[in-house]
Amino acid sequence: MAEVICPENELIVIDKDQLLEKTMEMKHAKLRLSQACASYINGKYELCYSFANDKTYEFKTLKVVMEKDDAVSSITSIYPYATFYENEMTELFGCKIEYINVDYHNRLYRIDETAPFLPKEAKEAKKEGEK
Amino acid sequence: MGKVKKSPWLLHYDASSCNGCDIEVLACLTPVYDVERFGVVSTDDPMQADILLITGGVNSQSEAVVRQLYEQMPRPKVVVAVGVCACTGGVFKDCYNIKGGVDTVIPVDVYVPGCAARPQSIIDGVIKAVEIFQKRSDEHDAYEREHRHDGQVPAETSGKGNQ
Amino acid sequence: MAKRSVIPYGPQHPVLPEPIHLDLVIEDEKVIEAIPSIGFVHRGLEGLVDKRDYNEYLYVVERTCGICSFGHGLGYVEAIEHIMNVEVPDRAKFLRTIWLELSRMHSHMLWMGLMADAFGFESLFYQCWRIREKVLDMLEMTTGGRLIFSVNRVGGVLRDINPEQERIILDTLSGIEKDVRDIYNTFMTDYSVESRMKGCGHLSKVQAMELGCAGPFGRASGIRTDMRKRGYEAYGQLDFEPITSVFGDCYARCDVRIREVFQSIDLIRQAFAKIPGGDLAVPVKGNPNGEYFCRIEQPRGEAIYYVHGSGKKYIDRFRMRTPTFANLPGLCETLKGASLADVGLLIVTIDPCISCTER
Repeated sequence: MAEVICPENELIVIDKDQLLEKTMEMKHAKLRLSQACASYINGKYELCYSFANDKTYEFKTLKVVMEKDDAVSSITSIYPYATFYENEMTELFGCKIEYINVDYHNRLYRIDETAPFLPKEAKEAKKEGEK
Repeated sequence: MGKVKKSPWLLHYDASSCNGCDIEVLACLTPVYDVERFGVVSTDDPMQADILLITGGVNSQSEAVVRQLYEQMPRPKVVVAVGVCACTGGVFKDCYNIKGGVDTVIPVDVYVPGCAARPQSIIDGVIKAVEIFQKRSDEHDAYEREHRHDGQVPAETSGKGNQ
Repeated sequence: MAKRSVIPYGPQHPVLPEPIHLDLVIEDEKVIEAIPSIGFVHRGLEGLVDKRDYNEYLYVVERTCGICSFGHGLGYVEAIEHIMNVEVPDRAKFLRTIWLELSRMHSHMLWMGLMADAFGFESLFYQCWRIREKVLDMLEMTTGGRLIFSVNRVGGVLRDINPEQERIILDTLSGIEKDVRDIYNTFMTDYSVESRMKGCGHLSKVQAMELGCAGPFGRASGIRTDMRKRGYEAYGQLDFEPITSVFGDCYARCDVRIREVFQSIDLIRQAFAKIPGGDLAVPVKGNPNGEYFCRIEQPRGEAIYYVHGSGKKYIDRFRMRTPTFANLPGLCETLKGASLADVGLLIVTIDPCISCTER
C-alpha cells in the first residue's frame, strides 16, 4: 500500500504590510507559489496567496484582508511568475496591486468591462470614490 | 444526399467554446467517424475554406476574429454553428462576457445542438452544409454565366465557385 | 546584430487547436521572447456563482473544459463536501477514481495525437485517436456522455458500474494496453520522432521549480509531485508512484505522459479489484459555510478549486486555478531560444487547455 501524505491546509490571516515579509519566509522555506486569487466578500477584498511544498504536500495560504481603496505591494519581486496571477486579480476585481514586474494594465484578458467580478454597488461606490 | 458534385473545404474556429465541441469536430475528421468520406477536407486557411464550423458563443475578444474569418472566406460560404453555445450561448449565456450565439455576429446557416454535440450530429450538420453549399455555388455559377462577358464561362461542375 | 522583428502568432493557426495569441520577438529564426496575450475564450464563468445555486453551479463548472470536465466537477464537489463535512460512500469514491483515470487516459491520448499532428506524423495522429475512441465508448457506456458526463453530485455519484460493464471495461483495457504499447514504441524508437523531439524545448529542474510548473510538464523535468498522493477519493488505497523523467525536453514529456496512460490502466484494475458494494450517494442538507482549497491532479497537473460559502444557497466565490495557467511562465521560458519552426511543437508540448486557463 502506498503511503498517503495529506497534511491539513493551513490558512494564515495576515496584515497587508506583512505580505512581503511572509512571502519571503515562504520562499526561504522553498515553497512554490501555487496560486493567488482575489475575492470580494462583505465589502472587503480578500487576497489569498497559496504556497505548496512538492515533497510534503503542505499547502499554506496567506490571506490579506483589505479595504476597497487600499493597495498592496506585488510579490513579483520574490516570485516573478506571480505576474499572471496578479494581473488577473487586478483586471477581474479591480484591486490595487503596486509594482507588478510586467503590468498589463488591465489588458491581460482584454475585456470591455472594468472589474467585472465586483458587485454592482461596490463598483459604483468605487467610481464615486475616485471622483 | 445525392451525388456529391463539389468538394468543399472545412475551416474550424473555437470562438469561446469549452473544448468539448472542438474535440468532437476533430474526432469527426479521424477515421472512426471520417467526415472526409463526404468529400470535405479540413483546412486551416480561411482564404481557401468554404464551410466555417464555429464552436462556442461569441465574446468581445473573439468577435473581431470571427468576423474577419468570415470576411476572408471566398463566396459562396456556409456557416455551421456547432454546439448549443454556438447556437444560443448555452450554459454560459448569463456570463458577463458572452454576447450570445454566433448568429449575433455573422449569419448562420446550420445549427447543430448538443452539449457537447455528438460526432453523428456534427456529421449531419456538415452534410446539410454541403447541400446548401452545392445549391449556392450552382446559383453563383449561373449568375456568373449570365453576367460575365469576358468569354470565360465557368464549367457546370467546376471544383470551386469562381470568385 | 540581426534585426529584431515581432511576429504575431495565433489566434487562428494551423497547429493550434485552440485560440491563444503570442507575440514572438524573433531575431532571424530564433525566438528571443514570447509575450502571451490570452482572453479569446474568456467567458467569466466564475462570476456565475451569484446566478446559480451551489448544486446547479456544478454543471457550469463541468463545462469549463470539455477534456478535463470530470476532474473540474470532482474538484468542486470535493471542496463543497469538505466544507459541509459530508462523508461520501466508499463505492462512490472508487467510481469517481475510475472515471477520473479514464478521463486522464482519453486526455493523454488526445495529446499524443495532437503532438503527432504537430510534428507532421498524420498516421500516428489517427492511430492515437482511434484508440481514444475506445476509451470514450467505455465512458459513454457507464456515464451516458462522451465528454461531459455530469455524473457527480454533492454527496456522491449518480450512476453505477454494473458487473457486466466492469467485465467489458477490463477486457477493453487489455486491448488498449496492447495498442498503446505499440504507439509507445513508435514515439520512443522511431528515429524521425526522436530527432524532432530530443533536446527540443529543454527545461531544467531548477528552472521548472522557479517557474512553478505543474503536472506532467514539471514531472518531465524531475519535479516529483503528484496530487493523487494526497490520497483523495480512493487513491489512498491504491498503489502507485509519481512518474518522472530527468531529461526535461519534449521527448521526456512524451515519455511521462504515455507511461501515465499505463499507470491509469493499472489504477483502474486495482480499483476494480478493491471496489466495495454499497450506496452511491448520501443525502445532503444545508448550505456550505466556510472556505476550502481543494487540490486534485488533473491530466494536465495540479488544479486548485477554492470555494467560499457563507451559509447561503449561492456561494460567495468560486475560483479555479488550472494547470495550464501555472505552466504559462514555463512555456514562455521554453520558447526563448527556440527556432520559429519549433514554436507550434512547444506550445502543444505543455498540453495547453486554453478554455481552462481563461475560464
